[in-house]
Formats: sequence, structure tokens, C-alpha cells
Amino acid sequence: MTQSPSLLRRYVFSTDHKIIGIQFLFTSLAMLLIGGALAMLMRWQLGWPSQPLSWMGQLAPNGMPGGVMVPEYYNMLFTMHGSVMIFFGIIPILVGAFGNYLIPLKIGAPDMAFPRLNMVSYWLMWPAIVIMFLGFFLEGGAAAAGWTSYAPLSVTLGPGQTCWVVSLLFVGTSSIMGSINYITTVINHRAPGMTFFRMPMSIWALFITAIMVLCATPALASSLVMLLLDKTLGTSFFMPSGLIVDGVALAHSGGQPILWQHLFWFYSHPAVYIMILPAMGMISDILPTFARKPLFGYHSMVYAIAAIAVLGFIVWAHHMFVSGMNPALGTSFMVATMVIAVPTGVKIFNWLATLWRGSIRMTVPMAHACAFVAMFLIGGLTGIFLASMPVDMYVHDTYFIVGHLHYVLFGGSLFGAFAGLTYWFPKMFGRMMSERVGKLHLLLTLIFFNGVMFPMFLLGINGMPRRIYDWSQYAHLAHLGPLNRLMSLSAFLLFASQLLFIGNFFWSLFKGKQAPANPWEATTLEWTAAPSPPPHGNFERTPHVYHGPYEYSVPGSSQDWLPQNQAPSDK
Amino acid sequence: MCWARRLVGSSAVRNFKALLLTAYCLVLGADPAWAGSARVWFPDNLSSVGSQVDQMFLVILWITGIIFLLVEGALLWFLIRYRQPANPRAAYVHGCRSAEVIWTVIPAIIVTSLAFASQRVWAHIRGTPPAHQLEVEITAEQFAWNVRYAGPDGRLHTEDDLELINQLHLPVDQVALVHLKSKDVIHSFFVPQFRMKLDAVPGLTGRLWVQPIKPGQVEMVCAELCGLGHYRMRGYVTIESAEAFQSWLEQTRVEQSL
Repeated sequence: MTQSPSLLRRYVFSTDHKIIGIQFLFTSLAMLLIGGALAMLMRWQLGWPSQPLSWMGQLAPNGMPGGVMVPEYYNMLFTMHGSVMIFFGIIPILVGAFGNYLIPLKIGAPDMAFPRLNMVSYWLMWPAIVIMFLGFFLEGGAAAAGWTSYAPLSVTLGPGQTCWVVSLLFVGTSSIMGSINYITTVINHRAPGMTFFRMPMSIWALFITAIMVLCATPALASSLVMLLLDKTLGTSFFMPSGLIVDGVALAHSGGQPILWQHLFWFYSHPAVYIMILPAMGMISDILPTFARKPLFGYHSMVYAIAAIAVLGFIVWAHHMFVSGMNPALGTSFMVATMVIAVPTGVKIFNWLATLWRGSIRMTVPMAHACAFVAMFLIGGLTGIFLASMPVDMYVHDTYFIVGHLHYVLFGGSLFGAFAGLTYWFPKMFGRMMSERVGKLHLLLTLIFFNGVMFPMFLLGINGMPRRIYDWSQYAHLAHLGPLNRLMSLSAFLLFASQLLFIGNFFWSLFKGKQAPANPWEATTLEWTAAPSPPPHGNFERTPHVYHGPYEYSVPGSSQDWLPQNQAPSDK
Repeated sequence: MCWARRLVGSSAVRNFKALLLTAYCLVLGADPAWAGSARVWFPDNLSSVGSQVDQMFLVILWITGIIFLLVEGALLWFLIRYRQPANPRAAYVHGCRSAEVIWTVIPAIIVTSLAFASQRVWAHIRGTPPAHQLEVEITAEQFAWNVRYAGPDGRLHTEDDLELINQLHLPVDQVALVHLKSKDVIHSFFVPQFRMKLDAVPGLTGRLWVQPIKPGQVEMVCAELCGLGHYRMRGYVTIESAEAFQSWLEQTRVEQSL
């Protein structure tokens, strides 16, 4: 009888950072799957416009009566796809799951600084998720103003849109709590000898990400509150006078629609870096481990992340070059945006140089890390097109930008998450994943990912706008049918390929080979000072750190890795 | 250097596209829709500034394309050359100051030059407009474009204005100043063949000038999500000779006064 509450405390309302990390992991993986399923419906409509999908007619009788999608439903699908993927998928898996799991283990702390705050930050995700999806069951359906929720459209939409706003307020609160916790833990709870410049890159990245979250999220929260007031109490933060919607004159006056965009992007551009920096950090840990070589330019990698974080706060209006803001204002944002390519380039070149003269073990996490470098590069380079104002004027709000953001968020963030997950799986669950299935999964994912995302650049060059329910009626797009069908086909196969990952994940969880404490022969504390999986409290005794995080192939030593906690004398 | 010029030439672009198309055809099998399909590239350019936009795009495409090939090539080469069986012991190297300076400075120079080049084109397109021969006011609403021309008095917002829905006529070679407004939510005026886009924001008046360079019949698209009918917010743009434009204006005026 006394067992059950303790079980609840241990596995559900746990304050152990590892359990919370794994809770975030399972939640966000489930959300990625749901977000992906929403994208499949969109790809159906885009590949075969207005063809019936009869079984969906039963599942969503309002959105797809008789299986034929209605335009409102399409708008809900891309809005929810974007929101679910970003707020419930990518940010929670990178920041929530890996941040929680890795920070204490990698800096040699028994737990987070604020374990209860940490637990609350996870459990705030659930009201957010429930409220967001509640929209689908309300009059008028789910949010349909895009994940950017531009006013005045978002103010004029129904209760589903209000759910979206309230849901994001919960997510934002959860993020802020998490970030305070991460910052405090990294500053105060490092093991003896773990100086800032002995921290692994993943911890640097998560630390700087947490600072960005703390600075940016309150701006989102306040703008969400303003939007909520505009929607429910008739204030006019974003609503100018004289609006006539659906033949009805609205009573608002004196607001400014572009203000929403400034506030939203002041959060959401840093959010892009919040979604990529942790992945970059994990990649910077994984590449040296499997190249058996120190990370090339560790200090400049840290400074590059810091530079990206600082510049990330002064580029937001590059999303707004054609928004109607003063065209002269764009120049400063274009320059800052161009400049952010420099630290990003430094990171890519340093990763390459890490592989140079290495001794590369092509494991599944390593293959994912290399796929990250290859795909993120495309995302980064296509960003230069969008930074150039005259080019952006043409490709803005076309599929070019959809392609760009998917190369960053799928090619970058998600390949990074796959790399991290396959790398730390043995530590998290004490079992090894299947290498064979893992490699097949990576190969198929890589092929079909490019099959669906690369043609987006071509669609953009052809002038196909994003968020269009039926492109086939436009004369300049009429020839794009085969390309769109190829993309849809690739998307379905991409989705199906993830079944391999799900299968591998659960099979390995129960049937995988027992993992030793340090299966990858890595140097950092979670591998060298704790068993797999680590117990509550992580370390038997607090580890003492003597070395940097990437001491591989040190000359004159018999083994090619030097654990961070190996005292110089006990060699 | 001549290889570079040859690469930049448009035949290479066409070959690349042909290659892509062939690849897709192979994947999809013999899709009948391929027969007679137009090229998968920029639509025709019909505005005086469009070629500058395309040129800027191509400059960035070649610069990023070369970087792309170099980096992906190096990545693949390293993965093959330095795989464990081929190189059992890794080098113990922590970095190289001069290499890091080089790959910081060179990209910085490239992106700064791109920013300057872009700024020149941008200032031309969105800076002070040249003297215009025609003014048009476009007011977007869910889900239509209201187009307004001045009447015989030559001034907008007087009794004799000409008002049309989803029909924009422009005389070729003349500079037209477009005033862009919105009644309800944000829309975006986008004519792919002009390479131009500007949001129509309620409460603000956007200004954009356009000088069509050849006659044609194209469509204007709404590029900013504006609600359930966003996808069908389509207008028609007719570019015709100055004489044809004048007679269309006269005729429409007569029709409207009836």
C-alpha cells in the first residue's frame, strides 16, 4: 500500500532530473509524431488537391467532409503542424529532454539546483498540450492563423485561436522556469575542477540557450497577453481603427498590426537559435568522440555560440523586410543577418577540421551528426538568400522559406536530436540500440527528407506562396504537379521510415544488449563517473575534474581517451 | 577562370534543371503531366527591376553553391579518408589560429559584400520612386483586390474615380506608383513576374513603384495568410501598350457610368 505513492513520486511526479528529462523525451517524441501526421494530411492536399481521402471523412467530418479537405482545415493543419513541432516537439526535446538529462550529469552535479521547479516546468507542458488540441473540438476549429499568428487575422479568428494563445502562455512559463534552473545549475553546481572552459560544448550550448530563453520568452509572454486582451476584452494593441471584417465595422482603434510582428519575432528569431544551438552543442560532443580527436577550436566554438546568441537578438526584423515597415530600417537587419553567417561558418569549418586527421568510427550517432552538418549547411546557406532584401522580396512567404526552415529545423535540429538520442540512449536506459536498424533509418530519413524538402526551393523560385490550400489554379504554378507529387510521396515515405526508429527504440529498450558504463569510450563525466543508467543522485561520490572535455588520442597514453575525472597521478 | 564563366552561363543552369527533371521523372515514372511542362525555374520577368533581383539571386546561388560543394566534398572526403581502418590513430590537434582567422575573415568579407550589393538593389527598388506617369490605389480585403484609378481630373479619391475588382491594368514602359491599403487583415501584394512583394497592412499605406517592360497577362497572388479564402485571393494583371491602356480606361469608364 505504501509502495504506490512512492512509485508515483519516482516515475510520475519525480524531481530527479533524469526522469524529468525522459518524461520530456517521450512527450516530445509523441508530439513530433503527431506534428508529422498533420504534415502528411497537408502533403495529401498539396500532392493531389481536393482528392477525397475517405477514411479521414470519418475521423474529421468537419475538416474533411466525405474525405475532401476544406480550406479552413488546411489552414488549421499548417498552423498546428508548426506550433506543435516547434513548441511541443523541437524545443522540449532539445532543451527539455537533453537539457534536463545532460546538465547535471555532465557537470558532475547530483541534480538540478531547483528540482521542484524542474518538475513544475514539465507538468506545465500538459495543460499547454491539452488546451492547444482542444481547439480542434471547439466551434470553428483549431487555430488557423499560422504559427506566427499575425494580428489582425489572429484577433478576428474564433476560440481555437484563443486556445493557441493560452497554450503558449503555459509553454512560455514552462520555458522560463526551465531556463532559470539551467542557468543556476550551471553557474553554481559544477563539480570541483569543472571550470567554465572545461565544460563540454553541449553544456555551453544549453547554458547560452537558457540565457536566450530567459531574455526572449518574457517578450513572447507579454505580446501573447496583449493579443489575448485584444481578442477577449476589446483592447487595441494590434488593431487599427476602421477595420471592416466580414462586413462588420470593428470598434478597435489606435493599434498597430506591425507591432505584433516586432514583438513576436523578437522572441521567435532567438527561438530559432534556441532550437539549433543545443543541437550544435551535442554535435560538437559527438564528432570528437567518434573521430577520436579533440574538438577543433574549442574556445572559438564557445565564442561562436555566444556571438550567434548576441546577434540572434538583433536580426528579428529580417522576417519583416516586406511587412510594410520603413524600407530603410531593413538595412541594419540585413547587415546583422549577414554577419551571423560568420560565427555559423566558424562552427561548420571547425566541425570539418575536427574530422580532418581523425580516426572515424561510423556509428549511428556519428552518422546522424554528419547528416546534421551536411543538412544544416543547406539551411544556413539558403539563409543568405533570405538575408538579401531584394531576393527576400521575391522569395519571402514562398516555399523557398519553407524549404529553408525545414533544412534548419529538421536537417539541423531533428538530425541533431536523433544524434543525441542514439548517443545517450545507452546512458539513459542501460541498453544499446541496434546499429543496423539505426543506419537503415538514417539512410531512408536522409533520402526522403531531401526528397520532400529540396524541391521546396524550386517551388519557391517558381513563385509558389506558402500556406496555399490549392496552388493548382494559378497559371504560373500549373506545371508544378509532378514536383508536388514527388514531395508528397517522399513525405509519406519519410513518415513511414520513422517506424523503423520507433521499432528500434522500443525493441532496444527491452531487448537491447546491456550497455557498459562507457560504450563509446568517451571522456565526459556521464560516461566516466556514472553507471548506465545512473542512479538517483548520479554519482557515488562527487567527481573531481582535471582535464578538458575532448582529450582524445593524447600522445603517450595507451588508451585513446582521457576521462575528465582521471587524476594525473593515477595513470 | 573561363571554366567559372562557363559554369555561370545559363546553359549550365538549364542542364542542371534538365538533370533534376530527369531524376524526378525516373523516380515518378512516366507521369503524363510532364509532357509539355514548363521549366521549373523563375517565371518570366516583366518589370524593370526584376532582372536585378534575379541577378542578385544567381550571384548568391553561385557563391553558396561553390561553398556547398567544397564543404560537402570535404566532409565526404574526410569521412572516407580518415575512417578508422584507414587511419587507426587520430592526430592530437586542438586548433590552428591562422586557419580559424582565415575562415572567419573570408566569409565576413563575402557576406559584407553581399550586403552592400543587396543594399544597392534594394535602394533602387524601395528608395525614392522615380517620376511616375500613373497612380493606382489597391485596397486588399478578404478575399479580393480593389483597384482604383483616378478619373479625368487626374486625382484619386474624387467622384470620378474608376473602381475595379481583381483587375489591374498597367501600361508598358510607364512608371506606375501603387498605393497599397487593406480593409481588414494583412494581405501581401505579390506579382511573381514583377519579383515584387509588399504587405498591405490595415492602418498604413504602402507605396511601391513598378515599371512593366513587356506586355503580358499575369496573376497577382496574396502572399500573406489572410483567412480561409487566402488561396483564392487572385487578381489579374494586364500589361498593354499605352494606347491600349488608354482606350481600356475610356471604355471601362463609359461602362461604369452606365
